[in-house]
Amino acid sequence: MSVAKPLPHDSGALHVTGRARYIDDIPTPAGTLHLAFGLSTIARGRITAMDLSAVKAAPGVMAVLTAEDLPFANDVSPSAHDEPLLSDGAVHYVGQQIFIVVATSHLAARKAARLGQISYAEETPILTIDEALAANSRFEEGPRIWSKGDVDAALAAAPHRLQGVIEMGGQEHFYLEGQAAVALPQEGGDMVVHSSTQHPTEIQHKVAEALGLPMHAVRCEVRRMGGGFGGKESQGNALAVACAVAARLTGRPCKMRYDRDDDMVITGKRHDFRIAYDVGYDDDGRLRGVAFTQWTRCGWALDLSLPVADRAMLHADNAYLLPATRITSHRLKTNTQSATAYRGFGGPQGVLGIERVMDHVAHALGRDPVEIRRINYYRAAEGGLSAPRPSGTPPEDISKAKAGSATKLSSGTGHGQRYGGPHSPEGFRPLANTTPYGMEVTDFILHEMTERLLETSEYAARKAAIAAWNAQSPILKRGIGFSPVKFGISFTLTHLNQAGALVHVYQDGSIHLNHGGTEMGQGLFQKVAQVAAARFGVEVAAVKITATDTGKVPNTSATAASSGSDLNGMAVQAACDTIRDRMAAFLAERAQTDAASVHFADRMVHVGGESMTFAEAAALVYQNRVSLSSTGFYRTPDITWDRIKGQGRPFYYFAHGAAVTEVVIDTLTGENRILRTDILHDAGASLNPALDIGQIEGGYVQGAGWLTTEELVWDDKGRLRTHAPSTYKIPAVSDRPPVFNVALWDAANPAETVYRSKAVGEPPFMLGISAFLALSDAVAACGAAYPALDAPATAERVLAALGRVRG
Amino acid sequence: MTDIAFILNGEEIRVDAPPTRTLLDWLRETRGLTGTKEGCNEGDCGACTVLVTDDNGVRALNACILLMPQLHGKAVRTVEGISGPDGALHPVQAAMLEHHGSQCGFCTPGFVASLAAGHLQGRTDHDVVLAGNLCRCTGYAPIIRAAQAAEAAEAPDWMDEPLDGFDPGPAPFAPETADDLAAWYLANPDATLIAGATDVGLWITKQLRDLPKVAFLNRCADLKGIEIGTDTLRVGAAVTMTEMLAVLEVYHPSYATMVRRYGSEQVRNAATVGGNIANGSPIGDNPPALIALGATLHLRKGDARREMPLEAFFLDYGKQDRERGEFVEAVTLPLRAPSLRCYKLSKRFDQDISAVCGCFNLTIEDGKVTAARIAFGGMAGIPKRAASVEAALLGQAWSEATVAAALPAFEQDFTPLSDMRASAAYRLEAAKGMLRRYYAEMSGQPADLMEVRA
Repeated sequence: MSVAKPLPHDSGALHVTGRARYIDDIPTPAGTLHLAFGLSTIARGRITAMDLSAVKAAPGVMAVLTAEDLPFANDVSPSAHDEPLLSDGAVHYVGQQIFIVVATSHLAARKAARLGQISYAEETPILTIDEALAANSRFEEGPRIWSKGDVDAALAAAPHRLQGVIEMGGQEHFYLEGQAAVALPQEGGDMVVHSSTQHPTEIQHKVAEALGLPMHAVRCEVRRMGGGFGGKESQGNALAVACAVAARLTGRPCKMRYDRDDDMVITGKRHDFRIAYDVGYDDDGRLRGVAFTQWTRCGWALDLSLPVADRAMLHADNAYLLPATRITSHRLKTNTQSATAYRGFGGPQGVLGIERVMDHVAHALGRDPVEIRRINYYRAAEGGLSAPRPSGTPPEDISKAKAGSATKLSSGTGHGQRYGGPHSPEGFRPLANTTPYGMEVTDFILHEMTERLLETSEYAARKAAIAAWNAQSPILKRGIGFSPVKFGISFTLTHLNQAGALVHVYQDGSIHLNHGGTEMGQGLFQKVAQVAAARFGVEVAAVKITATDTGKVPNTSATAASSGSDLNGMAVQAACDTIRDRMAAFLAERAQTDAASVHFADRMVHVGGESMTFAEAAALVYQNRVSLSSTGFYRTPDITWDRIKGQGRPFYYFAHGAAVTEVVIDTLTGENRILRTDILHDAGASLNPALDIGQIEGGYVQGAGWLTTEELVWDDKGRLRTHAPSTYKIPAVSDRPPVFNVALWDAANPAETVYRSKAVGEPPFMLGISAFLALSDAVAACGAAYPALDAPATAERVLAALGRVRG
Repeated sequence: MTDIAFILNGEEIRVDAPPTRTLLDWLRETRGLTGTKEGCNEGDCGACTVLVTDDNGVRALNACILLMPQLHGKAVRTVEGISGPDGALHPVQAAMLEHHGSQCGFCTPGFVASLAAGHLQGRTDHDVVLAGNLCRCTGYAPIIRAAQAAEAAEAPDWMDEPLDGFDPGPAPFAPETADDLAAWYLANPDATLIAGATDVGLWITKQLRDLPKVAFLNRCADLKGIEIGTDTLRVGAAVTMTEMLAVLEVYHPSYATMVRRYGSEQVRNAATVGGNIANGSPIGDNPPALIALGATLHLRKGDARREMPLEAFFLDYGKQDRERGEFVEAVTLPLRAPSLRCYKLSKRFDQDISAVCGCFNLTIEDGKVTAARIAFGGMAGIPKRAASVEAALLGQAWSEATVAAALPAFEQDFTPLSDMRASAAYRLEAAKGMLRRYYAEMSGQPADLMEVRA
């Protein structure tokens, strides 16, 4: 069977030979024009005068467009219609688009775009969390607050209590391929757009609005992105719309790609957060109550900030059963880039908040932080949910199990027998195993995973060895950190949890398909091809997936929220099964047998006593005028969510993981290195272990980068000072852990996902938190006080924490 | 009209291109070879890496800041030419595929080019070879596995460059000797001299400057040598940092360790010692080391030559003691300085500009400090000696107490800036930490992060 095999990325051979085409590589028709934006240089104010004569006179310039030149909607917002493509006179951040240059070359457009003379009436910008709070500059009417139980009473009654604050920076996506789009004008005013986007339907939608056309007149195509990470969920809208408008105006193909510095200055990034906590706990470290206040800078426009901030609240518990909780979330409006989706979508920030609490409580009690975490874990799933399948066994085909319905996820009964394992005090009243938002946790497997990881990483022995080593090393100190993740899988905007597919079987037995997901490197196309091949019993090479195309599969959701394989794999499976069932019905009738006995395997179709190749079967079916084409559709079942109340079952299931990281720091300068990382991650019954491990390794390093070297710095005028790789430092090759052990837990997902696999895009990102905790542990070796390390833990912040610890 | 002549993927090419045209733009826009990618257009991501071969062998370079005249007489190989004419994969390509070394694939051609260059050189220090290639997807682990897997494979014959018998003809925009350069520059003192273009390249790609008059120094053979004397090393201005590194590894290992973190393989293959001095940057990494070594700078204007202690060259931020038409010809440094230690502090360990670069060279005799040269980058508008700190140490017993007593002197020597790399307070504190580290290291205490293994 083609699923569960560690096949390479579907474009691997094209990647290594340089033949994989990205937007800027697509050959363009003669006469293609190139665009660049003229950008604001102030953070807040109004444009009082614009002299663009030098821009228009610059060599190669064909046209210059301002807001007044836009024929229809001047809006590229994915949410609240608050994001004009070109400034309507108001300036909201440094880097806002004010005018478009249309020129004969990329360089000519860039050069001309710098010649605009713009006068402003400047206003004092709101840049920081504190400034936004002082000005009550926010989205929504006030903070969003979700509660569980009486947290004030719980805090007041707790034997111990502590408070703290952690600041965590944002993160630049640094997809290696910058934002890019090409618009090709068609007959009758139609438009075809190639875009480096995670959300082709959104591009189609915004372009249609900007051209005053129905969506059927616009087609968006995307074969692949050179990385997305959330940064191409909404941030490609501006380029695609600008190209389409310019193409409409000039009648010529128009292309735009951001220079790296422009990309970093213009586009949104991960939300930075400040999280304050007030926590009550008992002598064992069991939390009695915790109140979180989360403040986040959303930037100037709404974009996706509400669901991002929601997800930070939804992950304020991470893996822990919190008896009483209040989470208060402030979504602040600032004169900075509009912060946007980034792998984890607020989840990492929420998780880091509670992981800080665990670390702080453990420090206060003088206990091992792992112990405190395990005491506070959700209760384990009942029954055999967590036994990993033997390696090499393909995942279960759930279509066979469906009839029996033996694996209903949420039974609602039979839980609550165990509480937290051996640390449970006598007579402690068991709490419902529910999240702060009222969802019962029925598939929790971190107890077993933690135990396994602590063994394989030799955590206890190494912790003791590190303590001994530190005792004789005054300058260099080592630290070790453990962090788990439990990540909720589904879009919290429930209607997005749907996907479509279109599958064709040709008469030679080759299979062509499209689905609504986009390929950004995660290996989605290969996983989906593996599913299709498995349904037809053919080899993966028989399946071709071509560019995602809004003309093939309509109304797609963004490839986001780790949902790509879950949603599109199921949609493709449904389409394949429709065709397969038609083939089986015809072949069975022809052979006077039962359709259920027709068997597709090993490139053959077995019907009664007869066997034929899949290609022969396809030809036969075609000749007998049976359709070999079908759409497929999938909607995630059993999810409901009220984001205002903060109640419901927003997630279909949870994905888990755990990591142990060891670091060393130099106490004289704060410089630090990761020494070793061990990861155990839950990808369900993996569709492709090689691709899943790739997501885990890459996610970990990206997560560790967020919390260590990746620092965004704005100056007091609101100018981003870290707008190129010379100043913004993502991990380089030597920053990966020199010892890097990654294993899959590889147990079937109790939820009925495609071949019982689990989403893997985002969850491993949060394992990078173990590196941050290890740094905190190393700092804590230098004194009595709690390090209260802020993120990113640059050498400078590590040295500052050392100063605090030494008192 | 003189054309730029070079060999591209085995084929001789003659190109008429303006001197500021980058190889990357020419490859992608003119030649239609789109395998080589633009990731940052400033030499920091490696997505545009290509192989360039000349008489000195093969090296990886960033095509985005490689200007067409620099290629004259050389052989260029892009990702399209790394696989065989029949489409056969190079061993590093096959290994990248087998070990899942690509995800989004955009950085991959650059990695393949760096790996192929390293493979031809027989390198196994993959972290050094790849320090200039950023990948955002994989976390690098599978790429390293691929690199290791390909180590033993033989290089395919199509990687041979047919340079023998290639006659490129005269080079445009490039003098062939220092004498020619001196005469030309005297007559054209407003021109821009370009050595490796790792700095000037960004004037073109980022500042979008037009450079009406340029000369390329890479063909001046007499600026490229390193003379190893009995007591000194004389390093020509056009010596690349890669060539410098090889010599430093023998004579100044701590300086070499620092240089291994200077830029990246691709940047060191282009950047020159002279360029790093002449551009007067306060955060160049060579000047603090050279000043701590007591290096002498050699300047030339026409036929007139003068020399000065290197620290005297840096007058103020953006201002050097260099006359119009005068250029850096060489720098001389002592052959040995066993007490030299160089510490580079940056946000990221590899391929990052220093927040602080501190270089220490003390002489201890009979337990006393008898000579002290301490210099810093990143602490002032110029690379600068820590004169007060030196004074506080000189003549004192070499002890922890002396070091502690000298620390406040840093505040007299330096009032650093706060910027995106570090705050002023941190720079001062880290500089003090470096002196304490120097003491610890010289006293045999473990203080090197890089020595620690899990």
